[in-house]
Amino acid sequence: MKRAFERLYNGVIKENPTFVLMLGMCPTLAVTTSAINGLGMGLSTCAVLMMSNLMISLLRKFIPDRVRMPAFIVVVASFVTIVDLLMQAYVRTLYASLGLYIPLIVVNCIILGRAEAYASKNPPLPSFFDGLGMGLGFTGALTLIGAFRELLGAGTIFGFTVMPDGFEPVSLMIMAPGAFFVLAMLTALQNKLKAPSATNRAPDKFCSGNCASCADSSCHIGVKESKEEKEDKEV
Amino acid sequence: MNFFAAFLLGLINYALIDNVVLGRFLGLCPFLGVSRKTSTAAGMGTAVVVVITLSSAITFAINKFILLPLDMVYMRTIVFILIIAALVQSVEIILKKKIPSLYNALGVYLPLITTNCAVLGVAIDSAQKEMGFGETMIFSVGTAVGFLIAIVVMAGIRERIEHNRIPEAFKGMPIVLVAAGLMAIAFFGFKGVSF
Repeated sequence: MKRAFERLYNGVIKENPTFVLMLGMCPTLAVTTSAINGLGMGLSTCAVLMMSNLMISLLRKFIPDRVRMPAFIVVVASFVTIVDLLMQAYVRTLYASLGLYIPLIVVNCIILGRAEAYASKNPPLPSFFDGLGMGLGFTGALTLIGAFRELLGAGTIFGFTVMPDGFEPVSLMIMAPGAFFVLAMLTALQNKLKAPSATNRAPDKFCSGNCASCADSSCHIGVKESKEEKEDKEV
Repeated sequence: MNFFAAFLLGLINYALIDNVVLGRFLGLCPFLGVSRKTSTAAGMGTAVVVVITLSSAITFAINKFILLPLDMVYMRTIVFILIIAALVQSVEIILKKKIPSLYNALGVYLPLITTNCAVLGVAIDSAQKEMGFGETMIFSVGTAVGFLIAIVVMAGIRERIEHNRIPEAFKGMPIVLVAAGLMAIAFFGFKGVSF
């Protein structure tokens, strides 16, 4: 049980996928136009993450190392299809507002990243809780960003009006540029407070938050770039 | 309107007015991750153009001639992602054997493209909207060119930012995100363009 709590803490706080690891940026920016959309996207990703971690962990002794990436993708894609169909059947309005981003959970780097980094090496129960922790961390981050944008862009949170009548909504915040600005402010705040994050480590040690780091070919572009820079300096 | 004019207008529409990265939020990870140098950004963008064009042609055929007649539309996500993964692998192998010079230029970007959501996004979007073949190709080429433009412009901006004095807290990712936000506002300007 202790290990389960440790995984939950790790996912939600210590290695929060959005704020600390900077993974899964596309859904983070795209669907957080309101708090409810962020929550819905977070929970559906969480469900996929838990189930795929559990399944991959159970299958970890049977999947040959060479074909593990395609095997992981098939497992993840199956669970995404299940979630997609369930949402289509039971929460139609949410499904309509999330649209294309539900099937795109397949290529969310958090899921493949956790499969590769944790579930394929650890027993089923901790893997399940690892998925749950990461999923809840992602859900929390998305809901927070969504609430923030909704507050500034429409003056409401979860559809309830919280701003006074005189408040003029900054509609830019719920459009595309607002997403970039809100995330920029949040990461700048993190830098200011010196909180651990992929954004404030030494530049040659991380992939500047790209999904490349969780694909099989970890970081070789970052490595190559830093090598080139070194050569430039030598010349 | 003849085909060529339709093609050109579609291309402008999907590449600039409804830009894939700045308007539809697809392919953000390479956009933020591989845009530190113009040369690498151009390489990544070109590789994406090649893969999106090929993959959307193949997924269109699979969707039209296999999934729809068999009434297996619910298998779309699984089938498409496998096709894209296989396609990226085969393109890599073919380039390595046949055109080594091109492989040296684009090779390192290819494995990363499987997890680029723009590729899967274009395939699923065009299938969901039941586009015809011509429309699918315009949509995919336009989207890919839009990605190329966005990532190269971003890399150019980042090369300039390197030499600027920016507040301590904004160094690294925050200033890049601010630049991306400003780019998104600039691309809003294209929305005023109507045909």
